[in-house]
Amino acid sequence: MGASRQPAHGPDHAAHAHGNAHGDALGYMRGLLWSLVLTILPFMLVMGGWLPRAVTIPLILAIGVAQMAVHLVYFLHLRSEPGERWNVVAFVFTAIVVGILVVGSLWIMHNMDSNMMGM
Amino acid sequence: MSAHLFEAPGGIVAPQAEAHAAAAEHHDAGQMVSLGFWIYLMSDCILFAGIFATYAVLSHATAGGPTSHELFELPYVLAETMILLASSVTYGMGMLAAVAQKRGKALAWLALTGLLGLSFIVMELNEFHHMIAAGAGPDRSAFLSAFFTLVGTHGLHVSAGLLWLVVLMSQVAVKGLTETNLTRLSCLSMFWHFLDIIWIGVFTIVYLMGVV
Repeated sequence: MGASRQPAHGPDHAAHAHGNAHGDALGYMRGLLWSLVLTILPFMLVMGGWLPRAVTIPLILAIGVAQMAVHLVYFLHLRSEPGERWNVVAFVFTAIVVGILVVGSLWIMHNMDSNMMGM
Repeated sequence: MSAHLFEAPGGIVAPQAEAHAAAAEHHDAGQMVSLGFWIYLMSDCILFAGIFATYAVLSHATAGGPTSHELFELPYVLAETMILLASSVTYGMGMLAAVAQKRGKALAWLALTGLLGLSFIVMELNEFHHMIAAGAGPDRSAFLSAFFTLVGTHGLHVSAGLLWLVVLMSQVAVKGLTETNLTRLSCLSMFWHFLDIIWIGVFTIVYLMGVV
């Protein structure tokens, strides 16, 4: 394809077909900066041990989810633009399934654990 | 990998239709491949959710063996995390260069991505080796079985990504940055960034929560 492509469709066409979906260097740098902050922060919280355990755990989980969102936006370029809508629909559906799977498993197993205590 | 399966539609249509229509056709085919690959990634995500749930349930079942507090070294994990994050960014740079039709630059960035990915895998294997040598292998307790399954599955994915990267780099080197190769690079980029997202879950839930 590359060699037979007409000049008018050269780099312009490639940029049109793939450029929008991959953002620009600035976007990756923003993503990197946010990721660095959101990676170093939870490691410091755990290694420093400044906060009580009951506070640190929800905090690092929230920071983890935030960093996943940063990666989805800046690295995977997940947006709700018309052409990308099905990607988002599939992602939201998956997030719901993942939530049910993980929370449900922990819930059920915790209940069973509690009920089996006497044995 | 799966991108090869989808080469046919664009490749068959191109010689028959006039250039513009062929380009539009191929563009659509590329988008369909990307969406299809995204759906695969989402199913992979559910696979990981199952393994994460298993790990979360079994993480305290140490059977009198070593616990996460004794085993995990956070500075080492932080280094692994930084390497994987850097590889995500270098892949992004490689993708931008590829889209701009700069073959040499794209290949250089992809090679750097491969080196970073390889370093990550070597560090992970080193960690596994030390744990197994110290008697903390996957057969020691349910916790360690779940640990090796989860972290190992992620590592296998990264290894597969590395193999795919090498194959794609040679394709680009030989055939250039064609539409088909750009679609393939785009799929691998999704795969690579996706693995970095899974790793956020691993270092948060396995390592940080295991030590806190």
